[in-house]
This record gives sequence, C-alpha cells and structure tokens, in this order.
Amino acid sequence: MAIVFQKPKALTDAVFHYCPGCTHGIIHRLVAEVLDELQIEDKAVGIAPVGCAVMAYDYFTCDMIEAPHGRAPAVATGVKRALPDGVVFTYQGDGDLAAIGTAETVHAATRGENITVIFVNNAIYGMTGGQMAPTSLPGQITQTTPYGRDTSTAGYPVRVCEMLSTLSGTALAQRVAVDSVPHVKEAKKAIKKAFQNQIDKKGFSIVEILSSCPTNWGLSPVEALDWLRENMLPYYPLGVYKDIDGEAK
Amino acid sequence: MTHNILLAGFGGQGILFCGKVSAYGGLMAGKQVSWLPSYGPEMRGGTANCSVCISDEPIGSPLVLAPDLLLVMNKPSYDKFIHTVTPGGTAVVDSTLIADRDEVEGVHIHYVPATALAEERGLKGLANIVLLGKLLGETQFLTLDEIKKGIEKSVPASKQHLVEKNFEAIQLGMSL
Amino acid sequence: MKGNEALAEAAIRAGCRHFFGYPITPQTEVSAYMAKRMPKIGGTFLQAESEVAAINMVLGAASTGKRVMTSSSSPGISLKSEGISYIAGSDLPCLIVNVMRGGPGLGGIQPSQADYWQATHASGHGDFFNLVFAPSTIQEMVNLTFTAFDLADKYRMPAMILADGMLGQMMEPVEFPEVQAHPIEKPWATTGHGGKRPHNIVNSLYLKPEDLEDLVRQRFARYEVVKENEVLVESQYTEDADIVVVAYGATARIVNSAVKSARAKGLKVGVIRPITLWPFPEKVIAQAADSCKAMLCVEMSMGQMVDDVRLAANGKVPVHFFGRTGGVIPTPAEVLAEIEKIAGGVQ
Repeated sequence: MAIVFQKPKALTDAVFHYCPGCTHGIIHRLVAEVLDELQIEDKAVGIAPVGCAVMAYDYFTCDMIEAPHGRAPAVATGVKRALPDGVVFTYQGDGDLAAIGTAETVHAATRGENITVIFVNNAIYGMTGGQMAPTSLPGQITQTTPYGRDTSTAGYPVRVCEMLSTLSGTALAQRVAVDSVPHVKEAKKAIKKAFQNQIDKKGFSIVEILSSCPTNWGLSPVEALDWLRENMLPYYPLGVYKDIDGEAK
Repeated sequence: MTHNILLAGFGGQGILFCGKVSAYGGLMAGKQVSWLPSYGPEMRGGTANCSVCISDEPIGSPLVLAPDLLLVMNKPSYDKFIHTVTPGGTAVVDSTLIADRDEVEGVHIHYVPATALAEERGLKGLANIVLLGKLLGETQFLTLDEIKKGIEKSVPASKQHLVEKNFEAIQLGMSL
Repeated sequence: MKGNEALAEAAIRAGCRHFFGYPITPQTEVSAYMAKRMPKIGGTFLQAESEVAAINMVLGAASTGKRVMTSSSSPGISLKSEGISYIAGSDLPCLIVNVMRGGPGLGGIQPSQADYWQATHASGHGDFFNLVFAPSTIQEMVNLTFTAFDLADKYRMPAMILADGMLGQMMEPVEFPEVQAHPIEKPWATTGHGGKRPHNIVNSLYLKPEDLEDLVRQRFARYEVVKENEVLVESQYTEDADIVVVAYGATARIVNSAVKSARAKGLKVGVIRPITLWPFPEKVIAQAADSCKAMLCVEMSMGQMVDDVRLAANGKVPVHFFGRTGGVIPTPAEVLAEIEKIAGGVQ
C-alpha cells in the first residue's frame, strides 16, 4: 500500500496537549519536517520555552532542554558555544520572547549568535489563560485588558522582526503566518532557510509565525483564522525584514 | 619574625606597586607573604592603601590595622595612620607632600622629601621607591638583594627598562 | 597572584572552557582573566547582557556536559538565583563564584559574609541545595576550585565558591597542583543523539505532583550521601578548649590571629573552620559542644552561620555571636575582647 501521508520522523509519538484549532501543531510539524529534510535531527538541540510550548521537549525526537521563562536564547547561546557544530534552535511564544525575554532575544541577535529562533506570535498569553501579551493589538480584549488594550496605559504592541532587523548581527528576520495553505508553505520555506543559515554559519535567524489561539481569543478555530487575517496581518505585515543574502523587501 | 606593613597615599603614586615589591621581596626570601589592597570605585587620584604581611609563620589576618612599618605619601593617609604605628615601629613620610611633624612616642618617624629628591635626580615618579629604600635602610626588614628581586618580579615585562631606575631609587633612599 | 586570578586559572586547569559573566566589583578580575586566556585555549569567554542571561548560558553549556562557570558578587548572585534553581532542578553541574560584598541592595563594595543564608539555604526557589565552599587562603581558593568542579560533576549539582572581597583582591603565593581534571562520563548530556541513543531531555518541569515529589526525594537522598562523605572542616586546638570559636573564610584568619593571642594569655581557646558550608560540619561542631564550655561564632554579617552552629550545638553550650557588617572587617583585637568577655563568664 502506498504511503500518502506520514508523521515526520523528528516528531515523537506523544499526543500534543494543544487545544483544538491551535496552530502550534502545524508549526511543530513544519520544524520537524525541516529537521528531517536537512538531516540534522541527530545533531539538533532544541530549547523549549515557558508558555504553551513548554512541553515541546516531549514532542521533538532530538535532544531538548526546557529553559526558564524568556531565557531560551541565553540557554541556546550556552549550548551553541559548547557545541559549535551542533544545530541549536529555540521555540518561543510572544510573552517569552518579546516581554520577559526581550533582553536575551535582542542580545543574542546583536551578537549574531548562530542559532535559529522559531517565534510563535498569537498576540496573547495562552498557558496562563489569556492575558495581554506584548504583541496584543490595540483594543484587543484579554483577561488583563478587559476593556480592550488601551495604548495610553498599556503601550503599543512590539513588532519584533522590524526591531531585530535593525541589528547588524541578525542574518534573517522574516514574518510568516499559518492561516492558509499558501502561507503554511511560505512558513516552511522560511523555517528551512533559518536552519540552513545556521548550517552555513550566517548568524542569528528568526522566523516570526503569526498564529491563532481560538481558546483564549474566544473564537472557533475557523473564526480565529479569520480574526488573524483581519486584525493581525495589517499590524504585522508578512515579509522578509532582513536577509543578509540581500533579499529583503 | 613578622612585619606588618601599611603603605598609603593617593592612587597613581605607586602605592600598590610598592606593596608588591615588598611582598615579592618577602616571597623571594622564602617567607609567608600577603598583599591586600584597599579597593574603591575611583581608579586614579583617590586614596589608596595596601597591607603587606611578611612572616615566618602562616599569616592570620592579612589586613594591617597596627603596622610596625608605615610608608605614607599624602596628608589624609598621614592623619589617618601615623598614630596607628605600633611602639618601636618605623614610619617614612614624604615631606615634599606632607608638612606636618607629629611626635609619636616610641615610633621612629623619618621625614624624607622623596618627591622633590626623585625629580632632582631624574627619578620622576619613583618617590614611592625612594621611600621604600629609606624604610629598608632604617629597618632592614628585607635585604637589598631581596628587594631588588622583588622589583624585578613586580615590574611588568613590557617595562623592564625601568628596573634599573627602580634600583637607583632604592639606593638613593637607603643613602638618606 | 590575586585571589580572583588564581581562582580563574585554577578553573581553566580544572578543565573549564566556558565562562559567562557580567561585570561587578569586586570580582571583575575573574572575568578579565578569562577574557584574556579563553580565546588562546579555544575556550569561550562571553560577557552577557545581564547576570540573568549569564547564568542561563551556564545552564545551556552545562546541559552539553562541558565544565562551565560564572562569577559574580552579591547583587549579581541575586539575579542569578532564578537560573541556579533551574540548574539544580535539572540536575546540572556547574561552578558559581560569589565574591561577597556588603548588602542589602546595592550595599557596598567592601568584603562581607552576608550571603551565607542565600548560599546555603535560599539560592533560588524550591527544595534544593548547592555545594558551598568557603576558602580562607588563595591556595585554598585554587584547591577548592578543582574540588568544586569534581564534586559538582559527581553529584550533578551546582557548586558555589563563596569568597569575599578580601580574598578576591589579596595576593598570596600559590602553587597549582599537578592534579589534572577528573572528567566523567555524562550520558545525560544534550549533545545531539547522533542516532546512537534515545533523545535526552534536560528539564525541571514535572506537572504530576507525585512525579515531582519522587524526583525531589531522590535528589535529597543524594544530598544525604554528600553530607556523609564530603564535609570539609579544619579544627585547631579544640581538644582542651573551653571556648571554641567558629568562623569561615577570611574571617577565620582574623579569628586565628585572635586565638593565638588568647592562647598566649593562657586562655584555652580553639577554632573550628567550616570549609564546606553546605554540607555543614554539624557533627564536628556537635562533638566540640560536648567538651567545651562555650562557643563563639564570628562573621562579617549580623549573624547567619550562627544559626547552623546553634542547631549543631543543640543547646549543650551557649553559642555567642560577634559580627561586623556592611564591609567593616572585624579586627583580631575585637575578637580577642569577645573571647575574654566569654572567658570571664566561663571561669
């Protein structure tokens, strides 16, 4: 019988704990496919964050470390300096990467740390039950912005790729989304490039992936993807913000 | 035999270096030694002092509060330390920089215009070593040979041409 | 050599090739020495963006099984406490150096021992301990650096060298021991499985309470082995002592000077110097409490180790305390005066 669909080798048999309609599952799969295709799973060390993806260490078959909240780029730095020929990636959410871990993110980038960062931006803290994230949109209702994010008191959302694209150490800063099949395909291409950059020793590569959180947004999975398209895409335009290979838009 | 040496002055006068010369000298003599600087946020110009212990026995507290040998190169340090010298002890004071003339019972105080003399003799910046020479001449806390070895060890490799000048300064101090 | 430099050189000789730090007085010579030496021997020196980042870089490098260290001073150690807890919770070995200064807050930059509680009882959240070594000479700083790396590896736990500004800044002659590093196999390390083994996971998260309790109990069983086998302590003149003075680190040197003077005056005084603060030499102190009449604990703090001394003495003898804090170093004369005061009561 012909095999028409199978799980990537780089994913374990563990059943994801993610909520129905959550796009972490898609992103895990894309990362695993890239690890398989580039044949780097055996020398990869992944760093899981604190947040919804905290148990990513149970899902990837490569060696994994669970980092303190926000510190994944620092942990990855320690691993990469000790294993310069290894392949080191972090998998982080928006609270982890762009709030508590901003310093670690910015400085890993500015050092040109030769690692790959998978940044899942769903504009909310999922694990703790839907609080405002650094990337929550103006007016967005969350548990801690019950009247909508008021920028006069809660400030503005952080555009991570734009910010990191100003740093000399950044090799690749690209924003993609997983709301549609064409976008998913684009996302995989970006992830693959971010890992290839590391293999080619080009420096810090980050792929920001706009993602949905139906549970905490209070929407059905399909509505959530519509919300992402209508609200997130205008604020967070997709594209390549920096590419040292000269392909920035 | 134990010597507790306190060296004090402004940062930049070579107080810590002077202490190092003494400590390395003691080391060359096969003694137990310790060298403890005061450290502060000011890198230059603030007050600097340094405790050196040279002993035949393991050194207890490396912090010298009651020195038997004192070398002092500025007024604030003079005021602070001249009365801490133990009876029978010796102090050398740079009288170019310190005008006071305290009498301390039982303490031999030698006033040496070290900064002026050093400039006159082409040994600018070596007033500290002139004073160390005076202290050595008065007390023989180490031999000249041991102090010379201390100088050789303390002068950084990139400044070895200054070793001879330091020898001159020591001898000048001893001759006073 | 300066204490801080001697420690750095010892770490390199013990096989440490990865150093992550952040500048703070009075430990900066450690970083400066590493910055000079590491590039020449193929090692890593990295000045991190913060203490928080530095300790997490240590976590990452330790996960690969390499010998790794960081050094800081009191306020910086507070920032590292998050990472130290994770490192302990992930059963990783590493060396952390604390060259203590006065606190709380920014405090001061002069020598202090006010981080005893933090180092031995509360260096991060959760149920765990670190190995804590307290050198009192530069030579001991060197020797204990080797011991600290070896025991951290052996027991898979963080080790701390708890020094102070006096030891860090002072120079004394040292000899580097011939002993080479004792690297051991680390099958748990996350180095990439290379297709040769199932994947390794370095982790401190256990959502099932029973699982977490099991793990913590296993860790504490290991701590019992450490307590049984790894206590280091030095006793002097304790056999006939009426008064036993307990002190560690640089303070113990000051106490030694005072005790010599006391003995010269005919007072029967002894000294116990804990070299490991965790595990604490409670048996040695308990034994001394059986034969002496009083104890005196001297610290550069308002009294922290004295709690452990009292627990060990278990009410058998009064345990007095003398301390200076904020960066003030006690003098031998002050300590002698305390001894004489107690001796007056004892006789």
